[in-house]
Amino acid sequence: MSEMDVHKLTGAYAMDALDELERARFEQHLAQCEDCRAEVAELRETAALLAETTAVTPPASLRDSVLAGISQVRPLAPEVPASPTHAARPAARGRGWVPFLVAAALALIVGVGALVTQPWAPSDDAERLTAAEQVLQAPDAEEVSVDLGEAGRATVVRSKAQDRAVITTEDMVSAPSGKDYELWFIEGDEFVSAGLMPDAADQTVVLDGSAAAAAAVGITVEPDGGSEQPTSDPIAVFDLTEST
Amino acid sequence: MDHVRPVPDGAPQGAPSGGDEKRSEAARLADLLRQAALGDEAAFAAFYDATSARAYGLALRVVRNPAHAEEVTQEAYLDAWHSSTRYDAARGSAAGWLMTIVHRKAVDRVRSVEAATARDETWNREAAPTDHDQTAEAVHASLDAARVRGAVATLTDVQRQAVELTYFGGYTHTEVATLLDVPLGTAKTRIRDGLIRLRDLMGVAS
Ligand SMILES: [Zn+2]
Repeated sequence: MSEMDVHKLTGAYAMDALDELERARFEQHLAQCEDCRAEVAELRETAALLAETTAVTPPASLRDSVLAGISQVRPLAPEVPASPTHAARPAARGRGWVPFLVAAALALIVGVGALVTQPWAPSDDAERLTAAEQVLQAPDAEEVSVDLGEAGRATVVRSKAQDRAVITTEDMVSAPSGKDYELWFIEGDEFVSAGLMPDAADQTVVLDGSAAAAAAVGITVEPDGGSEQPTSDPIAVFDLTEST
Repeated sequence: MDHVRPVPDGAPQGAPSGGDEKRSEAARLADLLRQAALGDEAAFAAFYDATSARAYGLALRVVRNPAHAEEVTQEAYLDAWHSSTRYDAARGSAAGWLMTIVHRKAVDRVRSVEAATARDETWNREAAPTDHDQTAEAVHASLDAARVRGAVATLTDVQRQAVELTYFGGYTHTEVATLLDVPLGTAKTRIRDGLIRLRDLMGVAS
C-alpha cells in the first residue's frame, strides 16, 4: 500500500473493518501520524453515535451478571510514567480474567531464556540461543518460509530428530492492540497450541511442544493471552510436507 | 470531553441538537467512569443503566443471536470496568469509548470461526424492535436516535450502504468491496467519506 493510501484507512479502522494484519500495520502508522490519530478519534466517536439508532433494552439478568462480575475484579492499576522495567510490556495487555480467554495456561518458551517479552538481545544471553541453534543447525532441519508482504517474513525450521521447531521472524509487524500472535502445530484439522509469540519484530522462538508429527505450523491472531483453539483463520501456514 | 458542538448549518431540519443537555449527560457519564476507576461499583451500575440499551442493541445488531449479544455485552462491560482507569476524557466521550469496546468484541465474535459459519446472510434485516421503558432516559435516547437517523439519511445510498455493512454487518472493507462488487479503493472511500460526512453533520470534533 502506498504512503498516500494509508491515511485513508481511518474510516475502516474506526469501524473495525480491517483484517488483523492490516490493522496491525495501520496501528504502526497511527503511532507516527498525528493526523490519523485525531481523525480516528473523531470517526470512532461518530461511529459510536450510530448505536443510538439500534438501542434495545437488555434483559435484567444481564445487569445482575455484569455487577456480579465487576465485584470480583478490581480496575487495572493506572498507567504510571514508564520506567525501564515496565517499558517492554504495555500495561494494558494481559488481562487474565475474561472468561472466554485462557490466559497463563499457554506456556511461552523462548529458548531457555526468561526474558519472554523483551526484544531479543543476543549479547547478554547467549545461553538461550542454544535451544534454537540446535534446531537450526540440525542435520535433518527442514525449512519453510512465508512472506507476509509488508507485514514481514517468517521462517519455520523443524528437526524431527530433536522433535522441535523454531520460528524466525523478520520485520514482523506487532499484533494488533489487545491481540497476540499464537503459534499452532497442525495435524489434519487438529490445532495444538505451540505458545504465543513475543511482541518483537525480529526474533527466534522455539515452539512449545512436540514438533515431529506436525504437518504444518500456523500463526493466528488471538485475544490477549491466547486461546485453547484458534478463533480466527491463520495469517500464515508453514506447510512442513513441502519443506526443504 | 467537548465532543458535541452545535449542529452546523445544513443539518437535517427538525433534528434537535440539545447541545447543553448532551454535554451535561456526557460529563455525567465521564464522571461515573472516573468514580468506577476508584472502585465505586454503584457508579458503574449507574453508568451501565445509562448506556446498556445502546451497548446491548449494538451487540445484538452485529451478532444477531441474543445469547451471544448478552455475552458480548457482558464481556465489554467487564472490560470497561477493568480498564476504567485507562479512560481519558480528553480523548473521547465515555459512551463512545464503551461503544468502541462493544463493537470490537461484537466484530471479533462474528469473525470467529464458529460464528462465521452461523452468520446470517441477510445483513440488512432489522434487529428486534426496541422496547424502551417510557422513562426520561428512553425519550432522551430516541431524540438522539432521530438526530442520527436524520444525518444518516443525508448520505448517498452507496455511502450509507457501505457504512451500515461495515458498522452493523461487521464486515471488513475487503468483504464490503466484494459484497458491493466494487474495487477495494472505492469501498474504502465510501466508508471514510460516509463517516466524515456524518461527523461533520453531527458536529463531532475532538
Ligand atoms: Zn496518517
